[in-house]
Parts: sequence; structure tokens; C-alpha cells
Amino acid sequence: MIKLDHIYKSFGRIPVLKDIFLDYGQNQAIGLIGPNGSGKSTLIKIILGMVLPQKGEVTFDGKPITGQSQYRRHIGYMPQMSRFPANMTVSQLFHMMKKLRKDEKQRDLDLYHAFEIEQMGSKRLEILSGGMKQKVSAALAFLFDPKVLVLDEPTAGLDPIANEILKEKLQKSLGNDRLILISSHILNDLDDIITHVCYLMEGEVKFFKPLEQLRAETAENRLNRIIAQVLKQEKNHV
Amino acid sequence: MFKIAKFIISDLIKNWIILLYAFFLLLATIGFFLLQGQGDKAILGVLNLTLMLVPMITVIFSTIYYYNMYEFMVLLMAQPLKRGSIIGSFYLGLLVSLGLAIVAGLGLPLWLMHPHWVSLVLSGVALLLSGIFIGLALLVAVWVRDKARGMGFALFLWVYFVLIFDGLVLLMMYNFSDYPIEKVVLYITFLNPVDLGRIMVLMQTEAAALMGYSGAIFQQFFSEWWGLIASLLIMLAWAFIPVAFSFRMFRDKDL
Repeated sequence: MIKLDHIYKSFGRIPVLKDIFLDYGQNQAIGLIGPNGSGKSTLIKIILGMVLPQKGEVTFDGKPITGQSQYRRHIGYMPQMSRFPANMTVSQLFHMMKKLRKDEKQRDLDLYHAFEIEQMGSKRLEILSGGMKQKVSAALAFLFDPKVLVLDEPTAGLDPIANEILKEKLQKSLGNDRLILISSHILNDLDDIITHVCYLMEGEVKFFKPLEQLRAETAENRLNRIIAQVLKQEKNHV
Repeated sequence: MFKIAKFIISDLIKNWIILLYAFFLLLATIGFFLLQGQGDKAILGVLNLTLMLVPMITVIFSTIYYYNMYEFMVLLMAQPLKRGSIIGSFYLGLLVSLGLAIVAGLGLPLWLMHPHWVSLVLSGVALLLSGIFIGLALLVAVWVRDKARGMGFALFLWVYFVLIFDGLVLLMMYNFSDYPIEKVVLYITFLNPVDLGRIMVLMQTEAAALMGYSGAIFQQFFSEWWGLIASLLIMLAWAFIPVAFSFRMFRDKDL
């Protein structure tokens, strides 16, 4: 569904992504993990067309995304940090988004209701706390029932209850030919959601494997143990 | 594009800095007329204030606004929208809301107190300067990623156009005062929209008579229709070129 074909990107002289080749398919929930500065955010931004790679090409459903914007109607994106116009209210923001994507009639209001966004409708976005802004972003990402969900550190600012709601929603969303891409440091949160692990390190894909296969290879169950095992094995090989 | 611009405008007209800006302009305009009585003298006072304040507020506010809206821009970029329409609606939003502040704070009171051609020219110059300095601010903000450095650049642009440029012109006039440089000076002012705006307004008042020989040359140029139209076109070019550059740069920018 989303294919990254030999992507190379550098900022100045520092290469951030070196020759990335990935093929994300339908019905996958991919955990994009890796240490700080491994290029996770850049990878996500390249998929969304916000960062333009120097080499290589990204295709969405077989069509290259360069210079395109319409493919993004299939994507729901929840950014790592949100900041909105100060005097806009929550309901105005949702109203604007619906206007901007008015061709899309599908609505998924599960999170909108679960996070009680309606009740904060008249509040100005500026006075919302970080966690509440995250809730708004999450509800926005799901609003149009998109085929692809891209979540950048979704659980970072959320309280435990909201976190559970989001996780449940993600579990429910998998299937129906969806593709979910989550980047996170908090591996415990990913355990029950993801089907594949994509590990980035220093701008290269260390591995991209189904979680089941990794479980079998390492004889571990929890994701953080699995990653630790794999990295240890790598070290021993070297 | 107009959809996003509409929301940006409805956000900006509630912004307290813009409200304060409009209110201050209103107060100052009325103040000059009350203190100096009717006519050209008050216009000159308003003109001097406008030429200092409008570029400064516009360039600082627009630069800060761009940097503060960065995350929102990222969110918009994730929607099926073209890059051009995102930066375009930011420009339009800033232009309309800062323009409204000028109309409410400067244009209306000027017209009520002094309903003459010169009031219209002065309001028009203030609007053009807003467009020009929003464009320059966007150019700087798109170009420079770091907020502090971007702010520094934007402020430098203001200092350059309001102070340094005039100093350089004075220096040149002083050194070449033995030569007939009036025509040259006229062309040099085209390089600075603030000076051009000043002369456009001054030539509509009687103060032009005090400016000696170069005043006469300027008056000849600017009081004719084609002179005014030519300077209007140059101002529009000043507004258009930085904006065009910033749009181009934004298209290939990594957010």
C-alpha cells in the first residue's frame, strides 16, 4: 500500500535516512521504533509529503506521491506535538477540518465521543492542556475513517484512561484493509496493538518483521524483551 | 485556500495584538488632528508615525505568527491540501486582518477628519506597506528555520528600510552634492518602499514646496498620473516579488 523505494534524505551533510526500502501492506499495524535520532519522524514526514527525499520515491497504492496532495485524503495523522490557532475553539477546529475534507462523507466518531470532545467544544484551543490537545488530535486523526492511520508518539501525553481508550480503538481499527503506522518509545503500549515491528537505527532499517516471527525467533513474549534480545544477537554476530 | 484563510482571519481578528494595534493607530490619528488642528500638518505627523509603526508591527507580528503556527501548518500539510494553498492562505489571512486594522485605525478616522485625496493616498500607502512587509516576513520565516535568527533577520529588514537606507542615501547626496543627482535619487528611492511611500504622500501636501529643487523634480514626477501609477506599480512589485519567492521556497521546503 505504501512503498518506500530506496529513500535517501540528509539534512545538510548529515544523512538521516540511508537507502530505506520498505513495503507496508494492508492489514498491518506497524510499530516504528528506534532510538532518538534514528529517523522515525523524518520517515513519517516523508510519507506525508512534508519532507522531500533527495533520492528515491514513495508510492501510495502504486502511484508516486511527489507533488501530490489528494492521496492524503486516505490518511489520518496524529502529530507528536499539536499547536492550534490561539483564538479558535475546539468545535471551530472540527468544523474547519470537515470543510477542508468535505468530499469525505465517512465519519468515525468513536474517539470523538469517548474523549468527550463535544463537551469541550466552546473552549479555546490555547487553554487546553497538552493531554487534551492530544485527545483532540487523536479524534481528528480518526474522524474521516481513513484507510491509513499515522500516529507519531500517540501515547506520550495521554493519561492512562485515555491511553487505554486509544489502544482499544486501534485494536478495533485493525482489519478492514487498514494500515496503521505508530512510532513510539513506550514499547509496553505497543504490545497489544501491533502486528509488525519496523526497527530503525542510524537511518537504516535494522529489521521489518511480523511480531509473531520475532516472538518465535527470540522465545520472548514482551516487545521490549524481544527488542533487547534481537539487539543482543546482532552484537554477538559482530 | 479561501476556506483556511477564512478561519485564520476569524482567529486573527480576535488577536489582542492586532486589536491593540488598530486601537493605537486610531488613538494616534485622532490625537494628531486634535493637537495640530486640521490639515497637512496633522497628516505629516500621522505619516511619520505610520511609516515607522506599520512596517515594524507588520514584520514582527507576521514572523512570530508563522513560527507559532508551525505545528498547525504541519497538521494542515497532512490534509489533502496543496502546499501553495496553505502558505497562500496564511498570507491572505495576515493581509486581511492587518489590513482591517489599518482601515479601522487609520483609514476611517483620516477620512472622517480630513476628507481629501491625501488621506486616501496615505491609507493606500499603509495598506501597501502591510502587504510588502508581510511578504518580507514570510520570506524570512520560510527561509530561516530557527525562530530567534528569523526574528533577528526580520527586525534587521525593518531597521534597514526605515533607518539604514536613508542614512546611505544622505551620505551619497552629501558626497555627490556638486552633481545633478536629483533624478538618480528619485530612482534610488524606488529601492525602498518606505521612502517611496513617504514621497507619494508628501507630494500630495504643500510640504513639497519646502523641498527645494529636488522637491520640484519629485513633485513633477509624483503629481502627474503616470508618476503615481508608476510608483504604485513599483510598490506592488515590492509586495509581489518577496511573496512569490517565499511561495516558491515553501513548495520545496522540509517541514
